[in-house]
Amino acid sequence: MSWIDVGHIDDIPLRGARVVKTMQGCVALFRTGPDEVFAASDRCPHKGGPLSEGIIHGRQVTCPLHNWVFSLETGSAQGADNGQIQTYPLRLEAGRLLLDGDALSKRTAA
Amino acid sequence: MTKQKLVVIGAGMASGRMLETLSDLAPGAWDVTLFNAEPRGNYNRIMLSPVLSGEKSYSEIVTHDAEWYEAHGVTCRFGEKVTAIDLAGKTVTGENGAVAYDKLVIASGSTPFIVPMPGHDLEGVIAYRDLEDTNRMIDVAGNPDAKVVVIGGGLLGLEAAAGLRLRGVDVTVVHLNSHLMERQLDEAAGYLLRRALIDKGITVRCSANSKEILGKDGKVRALLLDDGTELPCDLLVMAVGIRPNVALARDSGLAVGRGIHVDDQMLTSDADVLAVGECVEHDGAVFGLVAPLYDQAAVAAKTLTGQSACFVQKELSTKLKVTGCDLFSAGDFAEGDGREDIVFRDPARGVYKRLVIENDVVIGAVFYGDTTDSSWFFGLIRDKTDISQMRDTLIFGPNMQGASVDPMQAVAALPADAEICGCNGVCKGRIVEAIEAGATTLSEVRAQTKASGSCGTCTGLVEQVMAVSLGDAFKMPATAAVCGCTDLSHEDVRRLIKSQELKSQDAVWQELGWSTPNGCHVCRPAINYYLLADWPLEYRDDPQSRFVNERNHANIQKDGTYSVVPRMWGGITTADELRAIADAADKYNVPTVKVTGGQRIDLLGVRKEDLPAIWYDLNKAGMVSGHAYSKGLRTVKTCVGKDHCRFGTQDSTGLGIKLEKLLWGSWTPHKVKLGVSGCPRNCAEATCKDVGIVCVDSGYEVSVGGAAGMDVRETELLGKVATEAEAIALTTAFIQLYRENAKYLDRGYKWVAKVGLDWVKSQVVDDLENRAALIARFDLSQTVYRKDPWAEHAAQAETYQPLADLTLEAAQ
Ligand code: SRM
Ligand SMILES: Cc1cc2nc3c(=O)[nH]c(=O)nc-3n(C[C@H](O)[C@H](O)[C@H](O)COP(=O)(O)OP(=O)(O)OC[C@H]3O[C@@H](n4cnc5c(N)ncnc54)[C@H](O)[C@@H]3O)c2cc1C
Ligand code: SF4
Ligand code: FES
Repeated sequence: MSWIDVGHIDDIPLRGARVVKTMQGCVALFRTGPDEVFAASDRCPHKGGPLSEGIIHGRQVTCPLHNWVFSLETGSAQGADNGQIQTYPLRLEAGRLLLDGDALSKRTAA
Repeated sequence: MTKQKLVVIGAGMASGRMLETLSDLAPGAWDVTLFNAEPRGNYNRIMLSPVLSGEKSYSEIVTHDAEWYEAHGVTCRFGEKVTAIDLAGKTVTGENGAVAYDKLVIASGSTPFIVPMPGHDLEGVIAYRDLEDTNRMIDVAGNPDAKVVVIGGGLLGLEAAAGLRLRGVDVTVVHLNSHLMERQLDEAAGYLLRRALIDKGITVRCSANSKEILGKDGKVRALLLDDGTELPCDLLVMAVGIRPNVALARDSGLAVGRGIHVDDQMLTSDADVLAVGECVEHDGAVFGLVAPLYDQAAVAAKTLTGQSACFVQKELSTKLKVTGCDLFSAGDFAEGDGREDIVFRDPARGVYKRLVIENDVVIGAVFYGDTTDSSWFFGLIRDKTDISQMRDTLIFGPNMQGASVDPMQAVAALPADAEICGCNGVCKGRIVEAIEAGATTLSEVRAQTKASGSCGTCTGLVEQVMAVSLGDAFKMPATAAVCGCTDLSHEDVRRLIKSQELKSQDAVWQELGWSTPNGCHVCRPAINYYLLADWPLEYRDDPQSRFVNERNHANIQKDGTYSVVPRMWGGITTADELRAIADAADKYNVPTVKVTGGQRIDLLGVRKEDLPAIWYDLNKAGMVSGHAYSKGLRTVKTCVGKDHCRFGTQDSTGLGIKLEKLLWGSWTPHKVKLGVSGCPRNCAEATCKDVGIVCVDSGYEVSVGGAAGMDVRETELLGKVATEAEAIALTTAFIQLYRENAKYLDRGYKWVAKVGLDWVKSQVVDDLENRAALIARFDLSQTVYRKDPWAEHAAQAETYQPLADLTLEAAQ
């Protein structure tokens, strides 16, 4: 794995999100708790809504366009909706956010 | 046989335990020299807190006195700091000379971390680590007007604050994080703790960033926060963390990382040197609680006597030694992949319990308010017990295990004198009586017995009693709950927020028994609105609980871009404003410029990154956000009125502008639109707005409850008034009544239909005193919210940019 430092956890508000631009598209970093973060694709599989703009609750995010709810742990849509978003390994080390560069480049193959 | 020479650096809790074990295992085998920088021998450092609070004296916490050292052949060199270790020559040099060793044990503990902010070296800035610090605090407490600021809301900081408070000191705790003890507690428990400390009279400021310590004549005078607040103090205690004390070891050439590297036998990189306590690093971990240090001490003693022993890291638990704050936390309670929570809340008793489970094993626990079963749970964590068989009843503790618990059966089994409603002291027997006397609905039971009439959290229990008593004759009502996180309705939540004075989201979740850690996308925006409407000064709006449009102050489009609509007061604009809008459209490549149905101009298709810049440009031209995105005041549509129109009776444009300038920025349950027409021809379509004013020769007809969206509704007359001032007063009072009472997302007309126009009239037309009070509360709220969010957000442009741009790096 190649860990890329993309910022500090305090750059993301509690229960907020920020995006990281990558060659494969935007990856959203979600801060679900004081010391808990997840990374996943920013694009909703329904109609492309920006998930980083959704409301974050527990370990889930609600898409801002039509309210699909995704688990940030598994990437699957909850409830009656069917869909999946790509999740990425994200490490938190002394406040720094480390995103796995290898996983990002593997994305197109997946 | 000549005795072996053992030198020990540091007479703290770890080395004290080690010396005891050593003298048990090999009495008299060692000739020990014990150095300590503090001018005293071993004492129970963790009991400094009871000494501070006055619950214990120093002599009660001494663990080894002069007699003990004498009897165990320990040469004490107290008050003497070790300055060098010579590993090759096997000597240790203290301030008063050197001594040779066969074996050396370093137990130098940690040093408190002092944030190097300006003023940290002023007289009166102290840490909380030893007896000297404790005595400084006790001395300050001798002055009846003393003020102390404690930086750090962790274990140490809070024990310092509580101790000082017990001595009558005016204490403020300043904490950087948004909740106290964030490393040991989750937010819910942090909230309860904070409430308990506030009840004790301690001032707690969370999310507070210290900027500078201010002094006078070299002595501390106050702490200055980032937001400009000055907190005066006579003493400032910094309790922000500790660092392993490794300088001596590092200088001597021992392997050191964060702490002194040791193996499982507590040996350092030199075979004759051991280390124990907070100064060590074992397998990547450093330590801050005594339990593992005692294990280390035992292992070190065995290693010294040639026995084999291994130090193994175990789960740790924390308790806070503050009387009246019962809390417990253990293991890992961060949320994470594949982990599940079991949450139990008992708002009436102020109890919160949370277990974190992974692969059928409890891996973490946080309890507040009731820690009686904490040792049982700690055992489950430590032993990695498989809990799959008792999962459903696990949270209730050891006494509930073994029996299967069906809530209905449990209620049926309750004796007649079991209390159901704690607030009103109603027992089961009283409810059953009411049912036998003919009550068949919850509201009848409530009316006759008062059960569930106060905080309402026992409603479910009351219904269960009814179900048990009435059998099939009772259908559990499907109450229109706010969402899946609670059984309470919007109306109940609003009422309880007011009556219980709930002023934060944490308070709502805890006191009203929310079943999720922090709500969902349905309840959060509603709760956020209720709190800011009811407590405009105490509660701060939470952008993360808002729908994207309200968080970003622009309407999101289907392609992820945004629309920007500046306010055009009452539909009036100027050539300069139009020019600035045109310039902005050019500069930011706005694809569509549209005149809206609300008499203003919409710039559609702006990229998120450009929002702060376009706002800045529009602000410069004197324009502010049009709130085209908010559940708040949208537009006030006007017609030209009597200035130009041959039929105009009053200055409808002027009145519209006055109303918009008064009402803008306010948040409401749903959007609010106004219209002011200059005569009954009604060119501003005022009679299909939330508030519509139609001017007539004799004055103003103020009507409410219109809409022209999914439902088309004509307004109904609220009142006819003679002056412009009265029209404004009536409108403001009506909107405040709506703000205080409506359910979130009920448009004005829906709410008026629910409460009845007559009730609205009784509140704002007939009762002049109430009208004035409503207006006063609206004005108060506007002191906070009548601000341009664009100006605020343009200043934090970086938050609108991506956190990082990896496309700029070469593709791998
Ligand atoms: C821009 C505009 C249409 C236009 O091009 O003229 C517009 C655009 C939207 N309207 Fe509207 N409404 C606009 C005037 C109206 C009007 C006419 C009026 O205000 O005189 C109405 C009917 C009057 C009324 O509100 O009763 C209207 C009734 C609605 C409704 C239905 C409300 C209802 O209670 O039934 C919605 C949905 C909602 O708010 O939940 C809605 C929602 C929307 C949203 C916000 C949909 C959304 O959530 O994204 C549209 C945002 C477009 C964007 O990205 O900017 N819009 N909308 C008008 C902006 C006015 C302004 O200057 O702020
Ligand atoms: C107020 C307070 C409350 C606490 N409450 C709890 C609690 O409730 N539960 C819990 O588990 N833990 C608690 N702790 C933490 C606990 O006290 C420590 O983990 C423990 O004391 C560490 O033991 P130690 O032997 O490693 O270091 P220490 O006890 O700090 O001993 C190290 C000693 O080495 C001396 N020394 C350092 N360098 C030199 C040198 N060069 N030459 C000579 N001597 C030197 C120091 O003067 C010191 O006396 C608390 C701590 C404090 C301050
Ligand atoms: S009528 Fe419908 S499509 Fe047109 S602006 Fe309003 S919400 Fe959008
Ligand atoms: S685009 Fe996400 S729910 Fe429709």
